[in-house]
Amino acid sequence: MAVYQLKTAKEPPVKERGVIYWIRKNLLSSTTNILLTILSLYIIYIIVPPLIKWAFIDANFTGHAKSDCGGDGACWVFIREKLKMFIYGFFPEQQLWRANLTLFLGFVTIVIAVIEKVPKSIKIASIVILPIAAIVLLSGGIFGLEYIETNKWGGLLLTLVIATVGIVLSFPIGVLLAMGRQSKLPIIKTLSVSYIELIRGVPLITVLFMASVVLPLFFPEGMDFDKLVRALIGITLFQAAYVAENIRGGFQAIPKGQYEAADALGLTYGQKMRLIILPQAIKVAIPNLVGTFISLFKDTSLVMIIGLFDLLTMVKLTANDRDWLGFDTEGYVFVALIYWAFNFTMSRYSKHLEKKLDTNNRD
Amino acid sequence: MEKKIIESTKDLSQTVIELDNVNKWYGDFHVLKDINLKVGKGEIVVVAGPSGSGKSTMIRCINRLEEYQEGKISVDGITVNSDIKNLRQVRSKVDMVFQHFNLFPHLSVLDNLILAPMHVYGRSKKEAVETAMYYLNKVNIAEQANKYPNQLSGGQQQRVAIARALCKSPEIMLFDEPTSALDPEMIGEVLDVMISLAEEGKTMVCVTHEMGFARKVADRVIFMDAGQIVEENDPETFFHHPESDRLKLFLEQILDH
Amino acid sequence: MTLLRDEKVRGILYQIITIVGFVLLVLYIAHNTSQNIEARGIKSGFEFLNHSSGFDITESPIPYTTKSTHWEVFKVGLLNTLIISFWGVLLTTILGLIIGVARLSPNWIISRLAATYIETFRNIPVLLQILFWYNVVLAAMPSVRQSYSFFDSVFLNQRGVFLPKPIFQDGSLYIGLALIVAVVIGWFVHKWAKKQHLESGKNYPVFWINLAILILLPTIVYIVTGKPIDFDYPALKGFNFVGGKTYTPEFLALLFALVIYTATFIAEAIRSGIEAVNKGQKEAAKSLGLTKMQSLKLVVLPQAIRIAIPPIISQYLNLIKNSSLAAAIGYPELVTVFAGTSLNVTGQALEIIAITMGTYLLISLIVSLILNWFNKKMKIKER
Repeated sequence: MAVYQLKTAKEPPVKERGVIYWIRKNLLSSTTNILLTILSLYIIYIIVPPLIKWAFIDANFTGHAKSDCGGDGACWVFIREKLKMFIYGFFPEQQLWRANLTLFLGFVTIVIAVIEKVPKSIKIASIVILPIAAIVLLSGGIFGLEYIETNKWGGLLLTLVIATVGIVLSFPIGVLLAMGRQSKLPIIKTLSVSYIELIRGVPLITVLFMASVVLPLFFPEGMDFDKLVRALIGITLFQAAYVAENIRGGFQAIPKGQYEAADALGLTYGQKMRLIILPQAIKVAIPNLVGTFISLFKDTSLVMIIGLFDLLTMVKLTANDRDWLGFDTEGYVFVALIYWAFNFTMSRYSKHLEKKLDTNNRD
Repeated sequence: MEKKIIESTKDLSQTVIELDNVNKWYGDFHVLKDINLKVGKGEIVVVAGPSGSGKSTMIRCINRLEEYQEGKISVDGITVNSDIKNLRQVRSKVDMVFQHFNLFPHLSVLDNLILAPMHVYGRSKKEAVETAMYYLNKVNIAEQANKYPNQLSGGQQQRVAIARALCKSPEIMLFDEPTSALDPEMIGEVLDVMISLAEEGKTMVCVTHEMGFARKVADRVIFMDAGQIVEENDPETFFHHPESDRLKLFLEQILDH
Repeated sequence: MTLLRDEKVRGILYQIITIVGFVLLVLYIAHNTSQNIEARGIKSGFEFLNHSSGFDITESPIPYTTKSTHWEVFKVGLLNTLIISFWGVLLTTILGLIIGVARLSPNWIISRLAATYIETFRNIPVLLQILFWYNVVLAAMPSVRQSYSFFDSVFLNQRGVFLPKPIFQDGSLYIGLALIVAVVIGWFVHKWAKKQHLESGKNYPVFWINLAILILLPTIVYIVTGKPIDFDYPALKGFNFVGGKTYTPEFLALLFALVIYTATFIAEAIRSGIEAVNKGQKEAAKSLGLTKMQSLKLVVLPQAIRIAIPPIISQYLNLIKNSSLAAAIGYPELVTVFAGTSLNVTGQALEIIAITMGTYLLISLIVSLILNWFNKKMKIKER
């Protein structure tokens, strides 16, 4: 038997650390690995330098007209001159403060929703109020606000309105559908399942066509919907089916014991759902709901096909300006960057939530 | 804090749970066969038997977590059936403690306890919190009131679950293998709580493998196998003079270790 | 009144209320619709399917003229949907596999490169990508006279890609037969090698043997039968190329965008499938003494495939559904020609949208049947 002294931690041997070791281990560990490294470097070489040259080095940043853009680089002047179109569409110049206020409210809502310490009730309230406030502010006609027709709304503003209204309205419908799908009552279950599977089986574009050309036939003569409202109905009905599937995923993550304990305590079906099951199911479903929201955000671009002036449509409109012909590349790249930035942020947030959920469950 | 509890008095002649020829099937599988059982007021009944013998199913029929197809179950004279009013009454008199605790993980310990009193029985929040703290003290866990279930050990969670059940002052407590999911060192703390409840005279039906508990507090021990009651007796006779071969074999298997 | 207190009675009651509400809604809609249709003088019924369409379609895999009926328009649209879906699924699988494997590579650069690809393209709407390919990349191709030419047999210009088209003459049948025979032989070789492996533990390079058979046998037959397959090369005549096989810019833009976009999801499915395989499984394989390849082939992949295939199949379905975005650039698939042009010509929105949705629904149903079949087959036996 022996007793040993406590030892202090030492650095690993020199050949096991440092930049060189890292490069050897990660890039040059075998022949295949070396070949792959060369191949990758070559791919980067043929893509990145020309891109940087086009977007920055040869690009034109200053000026006000097409004539200020020369050479092979990008013409960012075009984007700067058309920025208002990209963001607001044809929203009247004097009323832009209303659009800006709406965007600001949207930003505030996101901040409220993301901060963890804010009580749930305030979060829910702000998410419900946002679309109402946005529509009142943008369309006006009351509180002395000048009425602005929806065909003047456009660009990023319209894209955000469609996405936000779509997700907020589809959420309660989706929850009801998910509950219907879980129901023990066969008729309610069948109806819910049929709806969900029908919608998920067809492309959004057919639903949008349906909303824009068939839906008006369903209502009495004289009840005419605005084009935007029709698109919103289509998108909401479509989105609800996907939300329902996310919530169902949440339901499935809830152990049977939770239902039993609620029953044993004597809660009614409504109380059980509202107090016990839904809060947990929704929490589990949130990362996937964010994923669905990302899809929705991308899908809003389809309203172009039924003639709304969303962000993507703006590329076409601005590039058709007679004074600015031939800049659709810049337009597409700029709009792609906007979509990308929104979606990338949301997908990171969703991953973060997923991780948090994972660690919470392991406590 | 002092609180008056209505001490239930033991009166075995007064039947509070009655199972009359109860039969249940899962599809073609006959899980409960002609179950007859009467439990008196304040009586402690322990149900033992191998897994799959139908003992859990039986007690889950009493508060209608499971439906039965034939026969009749009544609690305090109220028939347990699909009638919503009856069901509400039965569930206000009976509560259950589960093998896996089934605490609500999104609610704090205290919120778990005040949920049913506030939403089902219409108590004020102040009153519900007072009752909750009283029972948390009773199961020695008052200091954890603001924690969340997943932050507690298994034993602590099960004690909270018992306190949650007690908060609606049920006359009858059903225990569905309350210690099976616990680490060995935590079983004692839960059994202690159960023993003190038994001593207070609460009517209890416990499905459990804890034979020590059965010996100590049970008025009657029931042995179930293959969906039927095979033998029932007072603990002394049950453990020392078993009659049926099946019970003898069962006792050998569980006591040999 | 006590009856109303019964759970089961209430359940039935709720359902009756639902059904009645549903039927009333349907009746209300049907009533409004029939009135609206009458008021607007739109025809109804499916008679229009037999009327000639009066418009032309740029690409059709079957004979089609302006005299063809709307039913034929539907068939052309559906076939084009299936054609783009077939190529899309095939190519996106290949690209997705490559990206997915690159993403998992221990080589840091290639893994980062794959991650960048995935994060870039899946966060940009596929419609934008379609328009970008169509309006920017393919529109920038040279005019017909300045076509890019590869070996004087493949041409690339504003009007699309022109490829040599194989012409099968008498005797090509034998090559097809040779191919089938090669596959059958390959199957027997596989069986035989497996049996040998079970009996004696010997391993044969089955893959290489089969590859050789698969290439050599048809080639020999091709030479012996006197090279019966000819190629029809595209040639510049007047203002355009004649002969060969043409792929239009519409087709190419749609295909590229769908493939590049969907491949990001396939790659992610493959990655998460392989990563989902428990680390303990790899350690167990290692301690059993399996090599890296054996561990991948025998332990990791069989489990990873189970996890990865369902999301991959649902991505295939998404690709098929997304092919409907062709409406934005005019590739004549189902939505463009039938739900678009035919609808505009006839005005019978209700019938046409119903048929279109029904068709997609049928495709989805078939795909999910395949998925269910797969899940059932692959399910790990559990108690």
